[in-house]
Amino acid sequence: MDLTFSERETAFRDELRAWFEANDPGPEPDTEHAHYTWRRDFQRRLYEAGWAAPHWPVEYGGRGATLTESAIFFEELGRARAPLPANVLGLLLGGPTLMAWGTEAQKERFLGPILSAEEIWCQGFSEPDAGSDLAALKTRAVRDGDGWTVTGQKVWTSGAQHAKWCMLVARTDPDAARHKGLTYFLMDMEQAAVQVRPLRQITGESEFNELFIEGARIADEQVIGGVGNGWKVALTTLMNERAGLAFFLQVRLRQLLDDTIAVAAEHGLLDDDVVADRLGALHVRTELLRLTAYRGLTAIERYGQPGPEGSLTKWMWSEANQQLVQLAADLVGPDALVSGTRWSYELLRARGNTIEGGTTEILKNIVAERVLGLPRVRG
Amino acid sequence: MNFGLDDDQRAIKATARELLTDRSSPERVRAAAEARRIDAALWGELRELGWPGIAIGEAWGGQGLGVVELAVLLEELGHAVAATPLLGGALAGLAIEHAGSDEQRARWLPGLASGEITGGFGRAELAVGEADADVFVLLDGASARVLAAADATVEPLDAIDPTRGYARVGGDGEPLPGPAVADRAAGALAAELVGVCQRALDMTVAYVKERRQFGVPVGAFQAVGHRCAEMLLHTEAARSAAYFAAWAADAAPDRLAEAAGLARVAAGDAGRSVTGSAIQAHGGIGFTWEADVHWLFKRAQLDSALLGSASAARIALARAARR
Repeated sequence: MDLTFSERETAFRDELRAWFEANDPGPEPDTEHAHYTWRRDFQRRLYEAGWAAPHWPVEYGGRGATLTESAIFFEELGRARAPLPANVLGLLLGGPTLMAWGTEAQKERFLGPILSAEEIWCQGFSEPDAGSDLAALKTRAVRDGDGWTVTGQKVWTSGAQHAKWCMLVARTDPDAARHKGLTYFLMDMEQAAVQVRPLRQITGESEFNELFIEGARIADEQVIGGVGNGWKVALTTLMNERAGLAFFLQVRLRQLLDDTIAVAAEHGLLDDDVVADRLGALHVRTELLRLTAYRGLTAIERYGQPGPEGSLTKWMWSEANQQLVQLAADLVGPDALVSGTRWSYELLRARGNTIEGGTTEILKNIVAERVLGLPRVRG
Repeated sequence: MNFGLDDDQRAIKATARELLTDRSSPERVRAAAEARRIDAALWGELRELGWPGIAIGEAWGGQGLGVVELAVLLEELGHAVAATPLLGGALAGLAIEHAGSDEQRARWLPGLASGEITGGFGRAELAVGEADADVFVLLDGASARVLAAADATVEPLDAIDPTRGYARVGGDGEPLPGPAVADRAAGALAAELVGVCQRALDMTVAYVKERRQFGVPVGAFQAVGHRCAEMLLHTEAARSAAYFAAWAADAAPDRLAEAAGLARVAAGDAGRSVTGSAIQAHGGIGFTWEADVHWLFKRAQLDSALLGSASAARIALARAARR
């Protein structure tokens, strides 16, 4: 047991930290379009310096970073108050899925533009009637000459308005059992048959969209992992979803907590034992999240598979973040309830945390069934 | 960054699990608890293995290992709710070795290392230790003192955890000159609580798979499954904190105060909520003397009290985090 970084890891961190110091991302822009451009441009700077995807193998343009180094990358990204890359879905989900299931030609064609942010990716899994129950999805893909014609509707599609490619799961065999008969496609978003409609969130902004797909065309070369194999390929994507992000989110949580402690101190409230107790509880949860996330990496590195810790970090983060922003709002006072302030934004945005990327209820089911081996949970 | 146990530490864990599964079965724990005495045969075996002195220096006849190894062992002893006096002596030994004078070390450590004498640890109003313990280490805020039982008044407490002794201790004793006595013990104590939590979770998972109502195992109901998932979350979070604190005691004195604070909060809270949940998930049976879950709840209450106030730890952590 050694809870310090090795020399190699420290060197990796220092190199990265120096790079971020020399490449200040600047302040976060207010408007949506400027915000996207900021994220895309920052990804390009990362790409030019070889930092866009340190966790990718060297042959695909990454650095072959270890899990711990990848965690350090996300911690430093957060620490520098830099944005997540515009193509975060391509980098974290799409690329690794292609590496696992794609043909050589597909890897050759698609991986480079993911790294450089030339082509942005989005994820077309959820549907109005298939949220947590993904296998209930209805979007149909029908064989049509040397390709496929797709009709259906997707929802909660983050970044669709900027995307060139959509990781789309559609039903190709309506007679097969639920999990079978699905196929994983890469759909070109730049066609008239794909309409993107932004969904307005409770914050007023639109991070995600609805997709209306009316006879869109997909070439046969854009099937990933074979016809009828979509469920397995989609699981690869979902397994990758939570790996590195936990460290970025933990750092952001820490920053928000530090800012909240500063607000409490300014108002003289840190001397109040009740306030200090509540802040201390969040300090503990924030630090336990980091320790538990690193413990999860040790489990993967030593035993080749994630331990129970891996299922817990997203759950821990989302609940801690919600509690923190509520406490911050109490300490800040009425300003936190005025539209357009940072604190009111955080208060509202955090409500999504326990829903996006798997609701807390579904995460608890997963822990109960797959970690503890309880009978399939229903009703 | 490596949170893993090394081969020797894993060997301690495996040996302890194997021994305790056999020699500290629920029946043996119950027999000792109902007779209100420690399991002398088991204590003899632990002494033969040299475990009372696992974290005491070789110069004093101990094994010269660290707080991480002690934590590994205590996690297993907690899992078994073993009826032995090991905890009090191990924590007293840790305090005397790292914060005591040469004279104090020479007087107490050899006996504690071999298990020939037993020790107690805590505060004047509540210490873990048998009525016939030979030496107590007591905390007073940030400082600590050592008391020979012969010069102290030891009043046995009829604590709700009857699997080992607890006492009120009066008398002055001598100060331990060194720092961080309470913090150095926190990881070890927290590890015992982690073992208690893990056992509560293991028993609960087995029970809710078995127990059927409405034609299905009760573990198939979300309300029950989610409770079990929460028990796992608290247990794993406490485990992260316990081993961070144990590691810091051995290797990172500059991080010990914070790590000990985290362990106090995480393990204290987890110990009580997880074992309470175990009683709830067992339903009416869980509230009976016959079901063994109550030993876990009772041990967790005492261990949490020995760890000290979680609220005070949270307040201190928040104020220390101010930049």
